[in-house]
Amino acid sequence: MKIKALFMISLCIFLFGGCKASNQEGDKNAGGEKAAQKTHKGLSIKGSDTMVHLTSSWAEEFMKINIGSEVSVTGGGSGTGIAALINATTDICAASREINDKELSLAAAKNLKPQGVAVALDGIAIIINQANPVSFLSQEELKKIFTGEFTNWKQLGGPDQAILVLSRESSSGTYVFFQEHVLSKADYTERAKLLPGTSAVVQSIATDKWAIGYVGLGFAQKAGKDIKTVAVRKDDKSSAVEPSVETVKAGLYPIARKLYFYIGEKLSAQTQQFVDFCLSDKGQAIVQETGYVTIK
Amino acid sequence: MLIGAASTSVLIVVLIFLFLGKEAAPFALTPGLSALFDSKWIPVSFQRERFGILPLLSGSALVTLLAMLITIPFSVLGAIYIAELAKPLEREILKPFIEILASIPSVVLGFFGLVVLAPLVKSFFGLNTGLNALTGAILLSIMAIPTVISISEDALNSVPHVYKRASLALGASQLQTIFRVTVPAALPGIIAAVMLGVGRVIGETMAVMMVTGNAAIITANPLDPVRTMTATIAAEMGEVPFGSVHYQALFCIGVVLLLVTFGLNVIGQQVLRRYGMRQ
Repeated sequence: MKIKALFMISLCIFLFGGCKASNQEGDKNAGGEKAAQKTHKGLSIKGSDTMVHLTSSWAEEFMKINIGSEVSVTGGGSGTGIAALINATTDICAASREINDKELSLAAAKNLKPQGVAVALDGIAIIINQANPVSFLSQEELKKIFTGEFTNWKQLGGPDQAILVLSRESSSGTYVFFQEHVLSKADYTERAKLLPGTSAVVQSIATDKWAIGYVGLGFAQKAGKDIKTVAVRKDDKSSAVEPSVETVKAGLYPIARKLYFYIGEKLSAQTQQFVDFCLSDKGQAIVQETGYVTIK
Repeated sequence: MLIGAASTSVLIVVLIFLFLGKEAAPFALTPGLSALFDSKWIPVSFQRERFGILPLLSGSALVTLLAMLITIPFSVLGAIYIAELAKPLEREILKPFIEILASIPSVVLGFFGLVVLAPLVKSFFGLNTGLNALTGAILLSIMAIPTVISISEDALNSVPHVYKRASLALGASQLQTIFRVTVPAALPGIIAAVMLGVGRVIGETMAVMMVTGNAAIITANPLDPVRTMTATIAAEMGEVPFGSVHYQALFCIGVVLLLVTFGLNVIGQQVLRRYGMRQ
């Protein structure tokens, strides 16, 4: 009897202990600011969800090279990251957009002058099946396709076939970027198929002749022979631009953006070291591996 | 000591219920439970985020229903054959293969569905994509059939031999004996097997996520894409901000899902108990 009771008690402790630990972890995620304040010796990076994968790849490599250094990466969005930088609760803010005037004046009120360093480029390629005769689309047409206004390739000078709209899951940073820049913040059509992961989008377009989807530039170039990218023109007057590393770098391709690190004026040695590392050849090689475009 | 070990699962079920409830509860305050009955699921939006689980519920229901329509005839007939008609050698071959089918990981089946099954469905119905509710249902029935066959076969085998002998002695043919005597006698067991199959189907995640197309629309057309509750949780939980309304909404889906499977289990158990077939 005694043994039984003892066992039950230890079981309870074990389970509740586990429960508590996971709660604490959650709290840390929620209040990343608090966590950043506590760990003075480590470097903290907060901001864009799109960049979380890239920054954590950098952080991992950086920690491998500089043994004993500690870099923590949290997402939350570019706005959250900039707010954290202004409140001095993070060392580096990762942002997938430029800092705006309102945020600059907020920073100025705290005697802070955030400096932006462009660390990588991000381009999104529109992909369709090789059998589809359409070769270029305007940004307006893309918007109409993905919001469900256009439902047939006929409306775009193609054959009389229904358009099959493919999208990433809503948890993807690319989903939000595409929504913001191409759909002008409108909602996707509810008939869009949300596929888990870039490879599922590529796979589906390779087999479905009349599908259209979007993927990061790095993936489009590796997609294989059944897939082709669509040239995009900004409006009716400008000419269509094929997505490529060159056109993204030259700023010609319209669905692209710079990814920034925002840092304060006075930098700790470690922050400087990390930014330098990201811009080094090794850091830029990681940019390529993770599917983005190098800045240099 | 032994009771302690055995009651661990009771404790875990209770704790899971508590945990899910705790995470989902804030949703009832803001924006309120009525938001769940919206007809649209748009968790990420610059316009207005909407957390209606109706399309997800109908998606799960459609896929499950279709899957059971395929599973029930296949597995009941299969079980009857294995239990009553198969020669010992056939049984020796069939049973291990059915068990192997049951043990294939769902991700592997999902990949099979994406690469093999979806193109087949697409060309058979002349669609422009094979990612729809029907493909998901076929894939799920492949997963449910082994479970349902095994349990139905057990039920058929546990029908007392005297029933069959009496029937045959009265001049009934073998088929008459099977469909008039053995199957009705084993029916509660078969129903319980089907219930367990439904539970398996409704809770399945990975394979469904890979082949159903995941568009959150309310539809009864098997050739439309659907988004199930399980796929929604799996796809969105990874990146959702901790403690946000979206996060709580996902936990609400979890609670609904748990209640549905819990209900199915209770019904299955009740059927078994009523007919005294509980082993």
